[in-house]
Amino acid sequence: MNQSSLRTVRKLIMLALGMFGFAFALVPLYDLLCELTGLNGKTAGAYVYDPARESVDETRTVRVIFITNTNADMPWKFWSEKGGVEVHPGELHTVNFFVTNPTDKVMVGQAVPSLAPGLAVDYFHKTECFCFERQVLQPGETMEMPMRFIVGSELPGHVASLNLSYSLFDVTDFVDLSTEDAANNPS
Amino acid sequence: MSEVVEAHAGHDDHEHHGPAKGLARWLFTTNHKDIGTLYLWFSFTMFLIGGVMALIVRAELFEPGMQFVVPEFFNQMTTNHGLIMVFGAVMPAFVGLANWLVPMMIGAPDMALPRLNNLSFWILPFAFSIMISTLFMEGGGPNFGWTFYAPLSTTYAPDSVTYFIFAVHLMGASSIMGSINIIATILNMRAPGMTLMKMPLFVWTWLITAYLLIAVMPVLAGAVTMMLFDIHFGTSFFNAAGGGDPVMFQHIFWFFGHPEVYIMILPAFGIVSQIIPTFARKPLFGYDSMVYAVASIAFLSFIVWAHHMFTVGMPLAGQLFFMYATMLIAIPTGVKVFNWISTMWRGSMSFETPMLFAIAFVVLFTIGGFSGLMLAITPADYQYHDTYFVVAHFHYVLVPGAIFSIIAATYYWIPKWCGRMYDERLGKLHFWLSFIGVNVTFFPQHFSGLAGMPRRIPDYALQFADFNMLSSIGAFIFGFSQVFFLYIVIKTIRSGKPATDRVWEGAHGLEWTIPSPAPYHTFTHPPRITDAEAHS
Repeated sequence: MNQSSLRTVRKLIMLALGMFGFAFALVPLYDLLCELTGLNGKTAGAYVYDPARESVDETRTVRVIFITNTNADMPWKFWSEKGGVEVHPGELHTVNFFVTNPTDKVMVGQAVPSLAPGLAVDYFHKTECFCFERQVLQPGETMEMPMRFIVGSELPGHVASLNLSYSLFDVTDFVDLSTEDAANNPS
Repeated sequence: MSEVVEAHAGHDDHEHHGPAKGLARWLFTTNHKDIGTLYLWFSFTMFLIGGVMALIVRAELFEPGMQFVVPEFFNQMTTNHGLIMVFGAVMPAFVGLANWLVPMMIGAPDMALPRLNNLSFWILPFAFSIMISTLFMEGGGPNFGWTFYAPLSTTYAPDSVTYFIFAVHLMGASSIMGSINIIATILNMRAPGMTLMKMPLFVWTWLITAYLLIAVMPVLAGAVTMMLFDIHFGTSFFNAAGGGDPVMFQHIFWFFGHPEVYIMILPAFGIVSQIIPTFARKPLFGYDSMVYAVASIAFLSFIVWAHHMFTVGMPLAGQLFFMYATMLIAIPTGVKVFNWISTMWRGSMSFETPMLFAIAFVVLFTIGGFSGLMLAITPADYQYHDTYFVVAHFHYVLVPGAIFSIIAATYYWIPKWCGRMYDERLGKLHFWLSFIGVNVTFFPQHFSGLAGMPRRIPDYALQFADFNMLSSIGAFIFGFSQVFFLYIVIKTIRSGKPATDRVWEGAHGLEWTIPSPAPYHTFTHPPRITDAEAHS
């Protein structure tokens, strides 16, 4: 192999390695893009409520609909106390969700939220949500989980209703139960 | 030219001893012609195996209801048919043609990296043995479609998926090594005077294809590595419960997948651009624009991937962007089609078998291109998505597209490879059987798809029965005519009439200046590039 071939080969190997790295770089890039554009309806983390900053817009009503799903193979029961609520933008609301573990094993669940339309995620704030942490349930245990939220008053005018959907996943196999118990249920 | 050939033939006698004898010749060969032959036979074997799987699918779909197989096995057949045809038949066939032809077309003695060349071929039989062996394992082989969307291919996959992942890694490594070799050969080993813009179009299309392969095969390797980690090491790249996203799998897959479909068609463009001028007895119309068109198609292939996923949920702006970007590809593709037609315009055409396949390519590939444009229309795609219309579309571009071009290339260059002519009468018969078979198989699938028949199902509603029966009959005609092709090739090798060096009256290019069959070593001294042999 002559010198010029060697140089070409070196460059091409770098390109191939670079593209392998690029595949993994796509993961944070994808999350970043979704965060910037609200593309896939992922709601943000805990929001700090400041009553002084929020102005309640009494003239406007937005309907928020709650959908609860359990993922395939997840035996828990999962429901919300209300199917939906009518809220004024800027108001703080609380809705209770419930889970029951009907099995005879200790299990861990994780709820994943999704909001539609996705572009509204920037205006939907949660001060408290069970989806921020995992739930550990003893056999037969039922847990009440409050979710507190505010619909931002800057919500674009054409959005009249929001659908907040939770999928509950069984993550028992992914967590170490002994540490998880201590962290979440310090009883 | 003949002086050069004779000079180096005499030179060979005391320096080289020709091919080694027996099995060792094929195991340890570093000769580009031997490796090309290995690639071509390997891909033909895979073509027949993948074809048998397709016929199992078509036999089951001959009538509604379940007749021959269980749905679980049906899913394994559709999945493995796709994987084997894409990675085992079409891609290695093009690499085999590149091995045989690129050095002869640019006046190089061999590939730039002959040992790497041997390695990149010999990985493939192992990769495919691993993949096919999963079909005999407990729980069965891959059953999640050739696109292996997560979480179907992670959380819900059969246990054998790890073998599948390893096989994909091997195929990727083979393709990347092969591409590095092809680029290094084309950029560094051209004979003096063979400037880039004098290269035959087959060489040009392969140069661009090789870049595409190096750019996207590592991304595929990354995707399957993430699957491996999700399955075995508790990561959550594609698992929503752990903060990952299954839709991201589709983005990463199609970032690989869309350039991949051009990897399977650009070398076909190159082959057709060699064959049509020969039998039209005119130089290729618009050589420069052909090169630029191929380069633009390659560039555009990186920015259209999400048109495979219009229905997953995407903002309007995204849908519009991917729709328009996709439609833009029709422009360079149209340039190519019109250039081929203009090449034939007022040419002294003759219709030998390679030309018949090349013309059928132009016509039928264009039909596949048009159905692609229909699929690119976002609002219409909601109706077509995941139906047999999609199946009809990609089979029109891959079977009478890629496969026809490979068959055309075989008829066109086989006299150069083995020094013997194929039987023209049998070749024409093979063409007409294939042409009728392919259209009877895939044309009705447009209609069943538009009427709403979903793809990847083992059973279907009664109203689709007639179209499916027709489709199955066509598939068996097409399938058996490829066994006939095998017979024609073997007959040519064994008892074909001796071919002349030039073979075709209208052929131009360096490969036609050497004797038939091509000597084991060619162009050990670089040839002189004359205007007549520069791009045809």
